[in-house]
Amino acid sequence: MILSALIFILVAGGMLAWMANRWYPGSAKWVALATVGIELVLTIWLWLQFASAMALPAHGGWFAETRAEWIPRFGVSFHLAMDETSLILVMLTAFLGMVSVACSWTEIQERAGFFYFNLLWTLAGAIGVFLALDLFLFFFFWELMLVPMYFLIAIWGHENRRYASIKFFIFAEGSGLFMLVAILALVFVHYRSTGVLTFDYFELLNTAMSPSTGLWIMLGFFIAFAVKTPIVPLHVWLPDAHTEAPTAGSVILAGVLLKTGAYGLLRFVVPLFPDAALQFAPVAIALGATGVLYGAFLAFAQTDLKRLVAYTSVSHLGFVVLGIFAWNPWSLGGAVMQMIAHGISTGALFVIAGILQDRTHTRDMRRFEGLWSVMPRLAAMGLFFAIATLGLPGMGNFVGEFLILMGLYRVNSVLASVAAVAFVASVVYALALVQKTFHGENKHDWQLPDLSGREMATLYSMAAITLWLGLYPQPVLDAAPDIASRPPAIAVADREGNAE
Amino acid sequence: MNPPPSALHPDFMALSPLILLSGSAIVVMLAAAFCRHPRPVMMLTLAGLVLSFASLFLPQGIGSRQITALLILDTYALFFIGLIFAATFVVAVLCYRYFGGSESRHEALYILLLLAALGGGILVASSHFASFLLGLELLSISLFALIAYPRFTERPLEAGIKYLILAGFSSGLLLFGMALVYAQLGTMQFAKIGTMLAAPHQALELYGLAGLALIVSGVAFKLALVPFHMWTPDIYEGAPAPITAFIATVSKGAMLALLLRYFLMAGAHQSQPITFALSLVAVTTILVGNLLALLQDNVKRILAYSSIAQLGYLLVGFLAFGAMAAEAVAYYLAAYFVTMLGAFGVVAVLSRGVPEQDSGSLADYAGLFWHRPWLAGVFTAMLLSLAGIPLTMGFIGKFYVLAAAISASLWLPVIVLVVGSAISLYYYLRIIAAMFSSDSNADHGKEISPPVPASLAESITLAALTGLLIGLGIYPALLVPSLETMAVQVAGLAEHSTLAYVSWNGK
Repeated sequence: MILSALIFILVAGGMLAWMANRWYPGSAKWVALATVGIELVLTIWLWLQFASAMALPAHGGWFAETRAEWIPRFGVSFHLAMDETSLILVMLTAFLGMVSVACSWTEIQERAGFFYFNLLWTLAGAIGVFLALDLFLFFFFWELMLVPMYFLIAIWGHENRRYASIKFFIFAEGSGLFMLVAILALVFVHYRSTGVLTFDYFELLNTAMSPSTGLWIMLGFFIAFAVKTPIVPLHVWLPDAHTEAPTAGSVILAGVLLKTGAYGLLRFVVPLFPDAALQFAPVAIALGATGVLYGAFLAFAQTDLKRLVAYTSVSHLGFVVLGIFAWNPWSLGGAVMQMIAHGISTGALFVIAGILQDRTHTRDMRRFEGLWSVMPRLAAMGLFFAIATLGLPGMGNFVGEFLILMGLYRVNSVLASVAAVAFVASVVYALALVQKTFHGENKHDWQLPDLSGREMATLYSMAAITLWLGLYPQPVLDAAPDIASRPPAIAVADREGNAE
Repeated sequence: MNPPPSALHPDFMALSPLILLSGSAIVVMLAAAFCRHPRPVMMLTLAGLVLSFASLFLPQGIGSRQITALLILDTYALFFIGLIFAATFVVAVLCYRYFGGSESRHEALYILLLLAALGGGILVASSHFASFLLGLELLSISLFALIAYPRFTERPLEAGIKYLILAGFSSGLLLFGMALVYAQLGTMQFAKIGTMLAAPHQALELYGLAGLALIVSGVAFKLALVPFHMWTPDIYEGAPAPITAFIATVSKGAMLALLLRYFLMAGAHQSQPITFALSLVAVTTILVGNLLALLQDNVKRILAYSSIAQLGYLLVGFLAFGAMAAEAVAYYLAAYFVTMLGAFGVVAVLSRGVPEQDSGSLADYAGLFWHRPWLAGVFTAMLLSLAGIPLTMGFIGKFYVLAAAISASLWLPVIVLVVGSAISLYYYLRIIAAMFSSDSNADHGKEISPPVPASLAESITLAALTGLLIGLGIYPALLVPSLETMAVQVAGLAEHSTLAYVSWNGK
C-alpha cells in the first residue's frame, strides 16, 4: 500500500501542480515542493522502519510488497516490492526531487505548471522503476518516465534542445524496445518449460534455458540498460541531453535516470541470467573500464561546464558497471555507494552549473575565471564537489570507487589497474574545472550575487550527505544486494579461478 | 443437429446489425431526398448507426452462426462490425462541421458513409468469395465517391480518380485470383477450401497458388502494404480529413480482418511460399513506411506513411496465425482505429473544410499546445499511441503483437518491428516538438485567421477517443477477455472448419 502511495503521491501532485498553476499562477512550485517533501518524509519513515525491522532475522530482504491483478490474460500483475537497494534509490530519488524543485524555484518562470507536472511524473516513473517486480510493470514505468523527461528537455532546455531531446528519446525508447522483446522472449521461454504465463520477477528467476538463448535474451536487457547507464559505445545521447536540459532536468537525469540503468543491471540482468552474465562479464567489464577512462579523458577536453560534468558521469557510471559485473560483496557495495554518491555530487555540480548559467548566461568555462573573489560561497561549494567527484577520501565517491576497484582486483587485476588510472584523470579534470572557473583573476569583471539562502540550503545539505556517505558508509553498503543469501549468486570462487 | 422449425428467426436476429444498417441507409436516402437539410439527415445517420450497434448485442446469445454459405456471424465478425460502426459514427460526427455544417448541402455524404460501413460489415462477416467481393465493391465504390465528394476542388477529385483506378485494378486481381482458386478446387467457400486442403496429400497446385498470391496482392493494395502502397500518401493528402480517417481505419481494418479469417478458415497459412512472401512484405512495409515518413513535411502524409508502417506491425502479429494472432490483431486494430480516428479528427477539427486548406504543413501546428492545449494534448496522446508509448492503447497493442510474434518465434519480423518503431519515434516527435515549440507562434499568428472553434460534438468525440485510448491503455483487462474468447472461437473454427461446414450443410 505504502509503495503504491509513493508513486501515486507524485502522480497526483503533478496533476495538482498543473491545475493549481492555472488558478493561482505561481503556486505550482509550492505544490511540487509539498509533494516531494511528503515523498521524502515517507521514504525516511520507511527507512527508519526498515532499520528497526532489520534487527529481526529472516526477513528475506524484502521489506514491503504490494500485489494486485492487472492483466490476468498475460499473467501481468501490479507487483511492487522494496528491498534495501530499492529503498536507498527511492530515497535518493526523493531527495534529488527536492533539490530539483529547489533549483528550479526562480529558473522556471514560463509554463511552470506544466514544468512541475513533468518533473513529478518523471520522478514517479523512476520510483516505479525502482519498485516494480513485474517485468511488464517495470517496462511500463521504464518507458513512461521518458516522456515527461523529453518534455523537460524539449521545452525548457537550452539552445540546442530539440536535437538533444529527440536524440535522448530515440536512444532510450528504441533500446527499451529491445528490452521488451527480451522480456517477452524470457516469458515465453518460461511458458514453454512450465506452462505458466507470467511476468513476475520471482517466478522468472531460475528459468531454465539454453546458454545461447540466455545470452541473446540477456543482451536485449543489457542494451536497454547500457544506453541508460550509459556504457560506452551507447553513451552518445548523454552529453547532449545533460547539457541542454534545464538544471532540474540535468539533476534528475544524472542523479536518477542513469541509476535506473545501473539498477536494471543489478536487479535484472545478473539475477535473471546468472550464467549468461558470467559469460558476458569480461566484455561488460572491459566496456566499463573503457567508459571510466574515456569519460574522464573527454571530460578534461570540454569547455562547456555542463558537458564536462556530463562526461564525468560516463566515467563514474563506468565504475558502477565494473562493480556490478565483478559481482562480489566488495564491488557490489561499492557500486551501490557509487550510485548514491554520484547522484549527490554530480547533482550538486549541475546545480552549481545551473546557478552560474542563470547569473552569467553562459556555460563556457573560458569566459569564467576568477569567480572566487566574486562568489566565494559558490566557489567553495564548487571546490568541495569537484573534490568529491575526483574521489578524495572522506567523501562518498572515494568509498564507492575504492571498493569497486578492490572487488574488481579479485576478478581481473589487469582491468582493475587500468581503471585505477582514472583516479589520475579525474584529478586532472576536477582541478581543471576549479581552476578555469573559480581561480585566476576576474578578467571579465563579473559582478554577481553570491548564493541565496535557498541555494545554500540545497548545496549544504548535499555536501553534508556526501560527507556522511564518506565517513559512515555502512548503511549504504548494507543496502547492496546480499549475494550470500540470494539464490542467483555467481560463484565468486569460480570467477576467481577464471581470473588467475 | 436438425435446426428448429423457426430457423429463420435466429438468422434474422444474427443478421440484424447489417439489415438495420441497410435499412437506415435507405431511410437516410429518402430523408435526404425530401428534406434537403444536413442536420436531420446526420441525426438520422447517427441514430441508424447507434441502432445497428445496439443490435450487435442481440445475436450474442446465439453464438457463431453461419447464414447461407455467404456470411458467418460469429463473435469475431460482431467485434469488427462493432468497431466499424463506431468508427463510422465518429467519422459522421467529424464530417458535419468539416463539410460546412448546416450551411452546405452534403446530405448524400451520409448515405455513402452508411453504405461504406455496410460494405465493411459484410467483408468482416463473409465466408465466401462472393460476399467478399460484394462487400469489397460496396466499400470501395462508396469510398471513391466520398474521397471526391468536394467535387469542385482539384485535389479530392484527383485523389478520387486515383483511388478509382487502383481499386478497380485490385478488384480485378482479386477476381482473377478467386477464379484460379475456384478452378483448382471447385468451391468458393472458405471453410470448404480449408477442408479440402486439410486432406492428406492435398495442397494448392500452381493454379491455386497463383490464385492465392493474386488474392493476397489484391488485398495488399487495399491495405497499402509495400510494394502496393504508392497510392496512400496522395490519397490521404487529397481526401477530406474525416474521409481519410475512414479510409485509414474502416477500409483497412475490414480488409485485414477478412484476410485473417480467410487465412485461418481456408488454411492458407499452411502454404509456405505465401507466408514467406507475407513476412517479406511485412518487413519491407515497416521499413519503407517508416523511412519514407521521415522525409515528409505534411502532417497528413506523415500519418499516411505512419499508417503504412502500422499495417506492417499488424502483419507481424498476423503472421503468428492461430488464436494469439487473432487476439493481437483485434486489439491492435482497435487501438489503431481509436488512434487514427483521433489523429485525423484533430486534423479535421483544425481544418476549414476545403481540402486544399487542410491543416497539413507542420508549420500549422507550431505552438499549438500553447494556444489550444486540449486539442494539442489529444494529438500528442494519439501520436504517442502510434509510437507505442505506455499509458496508451498503442503500447498494449504493440505489446500484444510482439507477444504473438515472439510466441511464434518470428525473430526477423520482430527485430524489424523494433527497429521500425525506433525510427518512427523521430517523425512523431517532430510533430510533437512542433506543437510544443514556443518560438514560432509569433510569426505565424498574423497569417492565420482566427482558429475555427471545434463544435461541441467534435470536442466530445475527441475527448471520448482520448479517454478510451488512455483507459484501455492503462487497464486493457476490460477488453482482453472478450477478445480472448473471440480469438479462441475463430481459431477453433479454423481447426474444426470441417465440422462447422458439415453442420450447416446438413440442414
